[in-house]
Amino acid sequence: MSILLDASTRLLVQGMTGSQGSFHSRLMREAGTQVVAGVTPGRAGASVAGLEDVPVVNTVAEAVEATNANAACIFVPAAFAADAILEDAAAGLDVIVCLTEGIPVLDMLRVMPRVRASGAHLIGPNCPGVTTPGDGVKVGVMPWAVHSPGHVGVVSRSGTLTYEVVQHLTDLGTGQTTTVGIGGDPIIGTRFIDVLSMFEADPVTHGVVLLGEIGGDDEERAATYIQERMTKPVTAFIAGKTAPPERRMGHAGAIVSGTSGSATAKESALRAAGVLVGETPEHAARLLVDRLR
Amino acid sequence: MKVHECDAREIFRRHGLPVPDWRVASTADEAAQAASAFEWPVVIKAQVLAGGRGKAGGVKLADSPAEAAAAATQILGLNIGSEPVRRVLVAPAVDIARELYLGVVIDRTAQTLVLMASAEGGVDIEDVAATDPSAILRVNADPLAGLADWEARQLGFALGLTGAQVRQFVGIAQGLVEAFVDVDASLAEVNPLVVDDDGNLQAIDAKLNIDDNALGRQPDIEQLRDPHEESAAERRARAAGLSYIKLDGTIGCMVNGAGLAMATMDVIKHYGGEPANFLDVGGGAGVEKITTAFELILEDPNVRAVLVNIFAGITRADDVAAGVIAARERLAQEVPLVVRVAGTREAEALALLEEAGIGAERSMDSAAALVVEAAR
Repeated sequence: MSILLDASTRLLVQGMTGSQGSFHSRLMREAGTQVVAGVTPGRAGASVAGLEDVPVVNTVAEAVEATNANAACIFVPAAFAADAILEDAAAGLDVIVCLTEGIPVLDMLRVMPRVRASGAHLIGPNCPGVTTPGDGVKVGVMPWAVHSPGHVGVVSRSGTLTYEVVQHLTDLGTGQTTTVGIGGDPIIGTRFIDVLSMFEADPVTHGVVLLGEIGGDDEERAATYIQERMTKPVTAFIAGKTAPPERRMGHAGAIVSGTSGSATAKESALRAAGVLVGETPEHAARLLVDRLR
Repeated sequence: MKVHECDAREIFRRHGLPVPDWRVASTADEAAQAASAFEWPVVIKAQVLAGGRGKAGGVKLADSPAEAAAAATQILGLNIGSEPVRRVLVAPAVDIARELYLGVVIDRTAQTLVLMASAEGGVDIEDVAATDPSAILRVNADPLAGLADWEARQLGFALGLTGAQVRQFVGIAQGLVEAFVDVDASLAEVNPLVVDDDGNLQAIDAKLNIDDNALGRQPDIEQLRDPHEESAAERRARAAGLSYIKLDGTIGCMVNGAGLAMATMDVIKHYGGEPANFLDVGGGAGVEKITTAFELILEDPNVRAVLVNIFAGITRADDVAAGVIAARERLAQEVPLVVRVAGTREAEALALLEEAGIGAERSMDSAAALVVEAAR
């Protein structure tokens, strides 16, 4: 088992005719994902190299009608990405993974009520996606080769930091159920608590590595959730201890304002909830592997 | 992006906020002349993007043209934060009976806007939040629907306003939310919002930050950018698609991905070093981007060693390795270099580096330990 994705995932890709979209659609299929449709408005009938058997249509509704797609991956530019999310939510998809970085915050505030009303799980935006190694399913851009099937869940606000930790887990002989990059923006569809509750309910997941960073209070809220509800061990690493205040560290959501959002505050909250916090990403991976022995 | 007070005043006024008249001056003479258009006394305020102007001596009262010139001379000679004062704002001084706080920000938890108000205005609102959080009143506002009359009215009464003041307050609160949405702000603040001696509300300060992701559709706001907000290096980085922030340490960092870039700085610190910068080369880093990144890092005279830490996902590790090799040749600068590459096409990257005589580390921890040693 796994969370969010499994062997029944049927993926449509918005922006599959673009260079990033086509490149990563091929990689997703190589990993084993059922890529069933591409959606690019005005490009119906187009053929994508290496994916000639995948129909390209104009609208998400057509793609769902023709292929029973139940998940979407969004590779469209920031100016159109919020609209792409709305189109997926309206079509009743279960999982929407939005990789796009740079969506204006107000667009996300306008989108979120409709995503919530649709019941879809929106992952991102500004995220690397979701990977379930045991079922051979990946949606997004995570490097497949670092993954291995197993019993650890990974949830992270960062992309490359996730690969870093997944690689360490794999090197230590510990595979993953699902790795989820929830995204580095201030307004994201699925937050730490949502993913932690899915891992807690998933019988195959035995423990979780949480990778947080400065900005906001989702790590603190996750700490409360872990203390009150979680039975499985959680270890963590929080990036940004050395980040100066009031500066946006690459990710739109990674900013320390006054005393709120600091790495130290997040680490203390997690430690108080019984989470083992690593000094380095590698350390966080090792701590969980040791706990599960 | 931060907007100067004088520009924020203009925007707030457009949304119906009662902002008293003002003029902007960049010399003492101009300030004295501007002041003469108003009744005495006037207030002279430094126009800087940094906070804490009052404490830094950047706000003064003047009762005559001579005083105005003297105050402007002093303020124009200041550095606030590290920012030299280039302009002052001149406005009639208001007789203040009460100072309130009013601000709009994004509520990340509720995923909507939040209007914050406090009867304790004029002071740093974060101090109020830390010492007496109950003194800050909050009401969520939907960016599409705006703030309802009754919500603003309820807040006005809670602040102790009466009669006509409450009606004024409703317009101000709704106007501030509208302004926020109109310009894609990330912060819109009036501190203080004052009640003057006649009982009228006046917005005597204006603070506005804009969502960087929205600047593409806000060309008029982009025009207001103060080029001095960023250093020359940060400006160059932004133009090259790099995210660069200078810090005070000795170890230059080049990393892909914001989270890994922050973690790399933390790991350097963990092994006893100090990072000289945050630098995210982003996805798809080619030779040009990597050369620019190296140039930015090596322009900092404090840099004694450089750590390249790439975990290739979207990026190809061999492209990065080729970029590092080419950049090193082009720069011809002898600074110890530690390279760590992993991920997509890792083996090819390691072969390229070995051929060029650059040793590569496979783990981030060992690379960090090595670069800290090299920088000693």
